[in-house]
Amino acid sequence: MWEYAPAPESRDIANLKPNYRMFVDGKFVEGTGEPLKTINPGTEEVLAEVSTASTSDVDTAVKAARRAYDRVWSKMPGSERAKYIYRIARQIQERGRELAVLESLDNGKPIKESRDVDVPTAAAHFFYHAGWADKLGYAGYGPDPKPLGVAGQVIPWNFPLLMAAWKIAPALACGNTVVLKPAETTPLSALVLADIIQQCDLPPGVVNIIPGAGDVGATLVEHPDVNKVAFTGSTEVGKIIQRQLAGTSKKLTLELGGKAANIVFDDAPLDQAVEGIVNGIFFNQGHVCCAGSRLLVQESVADELLEKLHARVSTLRVGDPLDKNTDVGAINSREQLAKIKELTESGEAEGAQRWTSSCPLPDKGFYFAPTVFSNVSQAMRIAREEIFGPVLSVLTFRTPDEAVAKANNTPYGLSAGVWTEKGSRILWMAQRMRAGVVWSNTFNRFDPAAPFGGYQESGFGREGGRTGLEAYLDV
Amino acid sequence: MSDRVSVAKTYKLYIGGAFPRSESGRSYPVTDSKGGFLANAAQGSRKDARDAVAAARKAFPGWSGATAYNRGQVLYRVAEVLEGRREQFISEVALSEGVQAKKAQSLVDTAIDRWVWYAGWTDKLAAVLGSSNPVAGPYFSFSTPEPTGVVAVLAPQQSSLLGLVSVIAPVIASGNTCVVITSQDRPLPAITLSEVLATSDVPGGVVNIITGRTAEIAPWLASHADVNALDLTGAPESLRADLERSAAGTVKRVLRNKVGEDFAVTPDMSRLRAYLETKTVWHPMGV
Repeated sequence: MWEYAPAPESRDIANLKPNYRMFVDGKFVEGTGEPLKTINPGTEEVLAEVSTASTSDVDTAVKAARRAYDRVWSKMPGSERAKYIYRIARQIQERGRELAVLESLDNGKPIKESRDVDVPTAAAHFFYHAGWADKLGYAGYGPDPKPLGVAGQVIPWNFPLLMAAWKIAPALACGNTVVLKPAETTPLSALVLADIIQQCDLPPGVVNIIPGAGDVGATLVEHPDVNKVAFTGSTEVGKIIQRQLAGTSKKLTLELGGKAANIVFDDAPLDQAVEGIVNGIFFNQGHVCCAGSRLLVQESVADELLEKLHARVSTLRVGDPLDKNTDVGAINSREQLAKIKELTESGEAEGAQRWTSSCPLPDKGFYFAPTVFSNVSQAMRIAREEIFGPVLSVLTFRTPDEAVAKANNTPYGLSAGVWTEKGSRILWMAQRMRAGVVWSNTFNRFDPAAPFGGYQESGFGREGGRTGLEAYLDV
Repeated sequence: MSDRVSVAKTYKLYIGGAFPRSESGRSYPVTDSKGGFLANAAQGSRKDARDAVAAARKAFPGWSGATAYNRGQVLYRVAEVLEGRREQFISEVALSEGVQAKKAQSLVDTAIDRWVWYAGWTDKLAAVLGSSNPVAGPYFSFSTPEPTGVVAVLAPQQSSLLGLVSVIAPVIASGNTCVVITSQDRPLPAITLSEVLATSDVPGGVVNIITGRTAEIAPWLASHADVNALDLTGAPESLRADLERSAAGTVKRVLRNKVGEDFAVTPDMSRLRAYLETKTVWHPMGV
């Protein structure tokens, strides 16, 4: 194997400040909640102290959003809203390197991913949706669809900036104002986005960003003056929010967990499939709701594929998220690392065969070596529960019908992968997957023009494309 | 005319294409708007609801897998058969809802036309709601609407035929299957409609109809893990929030209808969209 010299990106580029404050009504203000310390999961060092929102701060933020909605944003022509959103897209591109380094510091993801995926896709989401702002009458929801009002949005820690973009861009384009709560462990990039929003002169109150833990999110979605709730996160919390909103008139969209099947047929180009499998489960340390965490491989090629897979996964470099050569970065938090360990232990206890890469791991920080379980049966927890880490469960099948049955044997339904050279089989399989996204001969592709979202317990509503606008319109 | 004794109809449930009595053996009297006895209707139970869900699930692959053209013809066939029994429905609706014959006639005519309207949608949904996605890379990406699955429908309490048709047709037009709890006090047109469905090439199990107490049966459907969506249109006001809370247990799609929905006006696409998922498929392009 090649030896690599370290190629770290400079952390100075992140312009890290010792303190970050919440962004309400166009100003950075001290929250009155208990401040939190956000750490670098790659080293466990404290990065910054962040003020959080109390219940009254949530109310202040919602009031600011309501004022901005009533007085400014809902009255502004779409063509003018569009120009603000385009500005945000451009500033994200201009400050892309700063955002990428900051994201890798706060989240633990490899710099090559934050640099090449998270930040450019976030900019693309604003750019794409900006164009819709003055064309909503062409979106298929009637000649003049109306916004909903104030959107309360709660996002996860796996793609902190990108999820903020997925939420804020369509909300603004459709004419809503926003109160967004970033995840407790990754608040920094959203607050730099707030800085960008301020520099773009977005009218005060149109976007408000209030850091805090789950209780802040619960307060936000329950606030009586919130008209729309959008949540991305675990299925468990999604259900709680759906319950909380029962009996109200709030519009809800949920993007929740998954346990995607990545299906490899015996005629698939195996080397190419191996790359897709690796991308499917080890991208972003497996902290991906649509990760291809269940590999279903046709029995006749299972041994050959597994051998190739082990060889390829052995070459993955795990370590410093800021190193440009790093393939797998740090697990986002101690809690998540404990959850991954607990589930992998259950896999061993239930009789699956564990293979773990012998790659060296740093002494400090939260790391988990890429792991592949074979001989997995459908009843095992590692085949049913979302691990949200770099852990792949391998099952086999003999016939296409069996592949379909196993792939759909889950309460989730976010994504699926299909690998075969036969075009008719791809379309046949794609039609039968009970999942919102089907990647065929590829995996983990995202684009603002392509609707994304789940079936069943992976949530409802779509983000992206014309379809995604429905979530933010009164239709 | 001789004083012939007419043959009274036994009103039963409609599950999996058959007409069983309630497994509970229960029935309840149905009266006209003035309180006069009309018939005994089956009082469906929790077990009946579960049987109906199983039938709907079993019918789902076939119905959702049928071509849109085929589904369109089946829905149109329902309109044809309904038209043929127009007089029967006019008299049942007049009795059930206590309206004049002229009003009942207009309700039935609109109900027939509603089937025609939805029949025409089946093979246009994908063109109107789907898309080819211009993604920034060498991929072909397209999105297409697909049915959500099994839908539990609480039919409107007042509008015994037109309201009922207006909530069933959009569910099955796109390939979903359903379990319907009829209007509690005006169930007779629903049972007669099931006779129409049974003779219109609608496969057994696509529509399952249960009469009885809405408040008794609805909670079992709201919490049932094999139900994918819930239409609250006919839910008692006091029960709506509870049903929604139960539905959250398996992240069901819940349609909260607009209060006082006017079924006489031509609908928009919202009831169709409520039970559709969008699936996005990607494939690389290259040689």
